[in-house]
Formats: sequence, C-alpha cells, structure tokens
Amino acid sequence: MAELAVHCRGLIKTYDTGDQKVVALRGVNLDIHTGKLMMLVGPSGCGKTTLISVIAGILDQDEGICRVFGEDLLHLKQKDRLRFRAQNIGFVFQAYNLLPTLTAVENASIPLIINGMKRQEATRRAGDMLERVGLGQRLSSLPAQLSGGQQQRVAIARALVHNPRLIVCDEPTSALDHETGHHVMELLKAIALDDRKALVIVTHDARIFEFADGIARMDDGHITKLEDRQIEHHAAKETMDA
Amino acid sequence: MNYIALKMLMGDRGKYLGIVMGLTFASLIMTQQPAIFVGLMMRSYSFITDVGLPDIWVMDPKVQFIDDVKPMQDMELYRVRGIEGVEWAMPLYKGLIKARLANGNFQTCNVIGLDDATLIGGPPQMLEGRLEDLRRSDAVIIDKAGAVEKLGVPGPDGKPIPLKVGDTLELNDRRAIVVGIAKTTRTFQSQPVVYTTYTRAMMYAPRERKLLSFILVKAKPGEDPKAVTERIRRSTDLAAYTQAEFQKLTYDYFMENTGIPINFGISVTLGFIVGAAIAGQTFYSFTMENLRQFGVLKAMGTSNWTLLRMILLQATLVGIIGYGLGVGLTSLFGWAMRNTILAFKFPWELLVFSGVGVTLICIFAALISIRKVIALEPAVVFKG
Repeated sequence: MAELAVHCRGLIKTYDTGDQKVVALRGVNLDIHTGKLMMLVGPSGCGKTTLISVIAGILDQDEGICRVFGEDLLHLKQKDRLRFRAQNIGFVFQAYNLLPTLTAVENASIPLIINGMKRQEATRRAGDMLERVGLGQRLSSLPAQLSGGQQQRVAIARALVHNPRLIVCDEPTSALDHETGHHVMELLKAIALDDRKALVIVTHDARIFEFADGIARMDDGHITKLEDRQIEHHAAKETMDA
Repeated sequence: MNYIALKMLMGDRGKYLGIVMGLTFASLIMTQQPAIFVGLMMRSYSFITDVGLPDIWVMDPKVQFIDDVKPMQDMELYRVRGIEGVEWAMPLYKGLIKARLANGNFQTCNVIGLDDATLIGGPPQMLEGRLEDLRRSDAVIIDKAGAVEKLGVPGPDGKPIPLKVGDTLELNDRRAIVVGIAKTTRTFQSQPVVYTTYTRAMMYAPRERKLLSFILVKAKPGEDPKAVTERIRRSTDLAAYTQAEFQKLTYDYFMENTGIPINFGISVTLGFIVGAAIAGQTFYSFTMENLRQFGVLKAMGTSNWTLLRMILLQATLVGIIGYGLGVGLTSLFGWAMRNTILAFKFPWELLVFSGVGVTLICIFAALISIRKVIALEPAVVFKG
C-alpha cells in the first residue's frame, strides 16, 4: 500500500539577493508516494533545486506546508530536524560531493556514523552496500582513483546505506555519459526503490525520463504539468495488446 | 566523526604540513628566543649562583647589581662579624684588572679575591689543579672558557693555544702563575674569571683607599637568613641581601636598564604574530576548501556542534604537533649550542608560555573557520 511520502501545498520561497528579490517557488503543490520515482524537470532557474532543498529539509520555505512522511520539517526543532534528516533522507548530488580524502567505504559509511553507529560496524555495512552497487573491489579507493560513474555509485551507496525512506538526487546523471547514466539509473531504481521508499530526482537529462513513475514539469516557480508515467505505460501496453 | 575530521585534515598533505609548519615556527620562536633571553638574564647573576655557599651578601648601599662594585673599608668586615646570628663573614674582592698575555696582548679579566684562610667564594668546580693550590706563591685559577678563548695565545697556525696549568701571565705588572683551571658559569660580560687570594688580589688591584667589594656571610644554624640580613642592614647601614634577593636585584637592574627585554619581546611577539598569521590563514583556507564537504555533512544531518568539535579537534591536533615540533627544535637547538658561548636556558615556564601562545593561535585559527562553517547553508550542496 503506497504511503504519502511528500506532501507540499502552496510552497513559496523567495531569495533576497540584496538589490532584488527572486521568487523561486510560487505556490507549489506536489504529492509523492512511496514506491514511486518522481522526476522534477524544467529549465535552469525554474525552482527545481529549491524545491528538493525544501523537501529535504535543508532550506526553509517562506510560506506553505511541506510534510515528509507526515513530519512538518519547518516546525521541527533544529535538533529533531537534523535527526530526521540523518535517519530518513539520502542524498545523491550532481558533483558527487564525496570527501576526497576518505576512501570509498569511508565515504559510504558517513551517514551511519552520523546516526551514531560505531565505525567498525558502519564500515562493514558500507562495504556491503558498495558490493551491491558493484564496487566491492574498490572499497579502499579514493574518489580521485575512481571514474565518474564509480564515484556516483559510491554516492548512491552513501545515500542508501542507512536505509532512508526518501532519496533526493540532484542531476545524478548529468556528469555521466549516456551508457553510464543509464546504468546508474537502473541501479538507483533497482536498489533504492521499494514500497516504503520514495525517490525524487531533479534532472535536465531527457534520456532518463523513461525511469520515472511521475514527472513534475516546472517553470518559473510553478509545477506546470504533472505526468503519471505509470498510467501512460499502462495505457500504451493496453493499446499494444489490443 | 573524529576519524572523519582527522582524515579530512591529514588527507590534504600540503595544507596540513603548512598549518603544522606555521605552528612549529611560532612555537620555536616563542621558546627559542625566550630561552636565549632567560639564559642571558641568568648570566647576569651567574657569579652569585656560582659562589653558592654564603646565605647573605653585604655591600655598599649604592650597589645596583653584581658588577656594580662600590668598595667598602676593610673594617666593615669586622662590624659584620660582630652582629648576632652571623656564623662567619668573609671578604671578597671583585674587580676588573688588565692581564698581559705572553704575546704582549692585553685582556681585561674579572679578578676574584677569596679569603686567604678559607678560600670561600671559590669556583664551583675544579677541572685541573686544586683550590688549595691558590695558597702557593703568585697562584691564580682561571676559568676554562677564559683559558681557552680570551687568554689563549695564538699559535703558529693562528689558532689560540689555551692557557694551561704552569703558564704565567701578568696582572697589573705582577706575575701570576696558573695553578688550576675551573669550570664556572659564563657571566653576562664573558670576561675571563681569575681567582686568587684576597691578599694577592689587593696587590694586583690598582691602589685605592677602599678595596673590599663584598662581604659573604653565613647565618648561624637555626637563624633565619632574612632576619640576619635585616639585622646587618640596621646595624651597619650597609646593604645586605640574601642570595636570592641579590640575584633578583641584579636581574631587575638588567631588565630595567638595558634594551634586552624589549628586543627579545619584539622577536617573540613577531614570532607569535607571524605564526598566528601563517597557521590561521592556512587553517582558514583549509576550511574554506572543505566548506562544501562540511555542507554535505550538514545536509546529511551533522549538527553545528559536531562540526565545531571536528574543527576544534583538527586545530588541537595541529596545535599539539606544531607545539611538539617547535619545542623539540628548541631543545635540539639548545643541545647543539650547549658548548658554545650562546646563552640558553629552557625552564618549564617557557613550555607553559609557548603552550599558551600556540593554544591562542589555534583558538584564533579555529574560530575564524568555525564562524564560516556555522553560517554555512547546507543547501549549498545542491549548487553545481
């Protein structure tokens, strides 16, 4: 049974750049259910990154409601919000953002250590997760010794190692070639998504739209179109069958 | 998270070494320069320390420091001997007399005349000969440094041949025979020290009405030297100091009347500022380069308090290593210079002083970095 993972209503966010105000979100409404991979797409500056920052609880909206698994992060105490983020949200970044002086397994173990796990146990579990993403042979490699695709797989392992319920990804394939990007998406969908988890991906990359269960098209701070790809897939299959 | 903090720090070798070097430099300057200063200042009263045995020094009230000799009349010795609580009182002559070397050169020497009977006030350690040999005719004992450096006569190869037992020199046109070589602590002015008897020193010294430089006094067992000192002052109108008081009087004179403290103070302050600038700037730039990584940790749920602890741990580690290396280098410097003319004394107080200095630098470096990390918006991680 799908659960409501993200529930946003009337989100407004304005950046004050000193001499002018830039409205990034102009009343965004969005629901994301567990078991779904939702993509946020749109031109640069349309508010995609601001929206996932608000959803991930690392940016406060000015107005509106954003609940993640029923928790209104804006009104949580700072300490509780940090704990919620540490336990429930996994991050995959465009620039991987791996710590360059830490090995792959050490990078992947960070969320577990943040959650208070002992280093030895965290390293063991991070090693298991790296095995799952196909990097079992590169546990001791530094990020600089890995290819872009391998680094992104380490980032995915890091995002999933603590079994979060919401995974937010910012342009996870933009720095990768088509084939590697495809592999990364297959991997994400295979191991990051189940009935209790939701996946939100911000992307420009039309080549990976096929992996989405839903696409929210954004422009100028609004969601202009919400596509349910599963219904479209279902309709297309029925047409073909007929 | 401590492990992550340390790996972040040590993984960037260049920056890590830069910070450690800055702190090492600061620590080195903050210990080496003061160690030389302390060594130099201790030399100012080293003669008092070397004499050792007496509890009390009696002198003319106008004397400001050990080398500021203002002679007294010999009768003052007998007045002091008559004061209650005095076990014994011995005369000491101290004066600068020119010595004529075998090659005709002159060298000013610090001539010390000891009580003929007891030889109290003699050198702390004899290297050759015996102190009692001073009772022989025209006998003098020379300090080792003086015998080797200042009183040595240039040999055929130009290198000075040290003065040795049996050699002669002239003090104020009178013959003096070296009967011993002693080890003494170098004095502030580094002149050769020539020990002889009080009577013979009177012969070497230019004629003056008064020649008694100091009276060395021992308090009777059970008597408080301070009380005896006070009694001597009241009874004789002379100045009387315990050994520690006289050392302090001499030390204070040099502190107040010479440019030494301010010169060393400037060196130490510059070392502190340069060390703080190098370490602070490098640590700050290290944090700036890792700002994005701190942002990632923040986004993933790391609290500001944890990040602050991480930065403090990094600063503490580089502080301890830099401090250790600096102090180690200073000790090495002191060891390498142990047999040279350089003054060097490294008391534990200097360890505390430089420890406080390095701690302040680390706190400064950490604070400017912590400010940036605390103010960091975790949303920065989503910017490409």
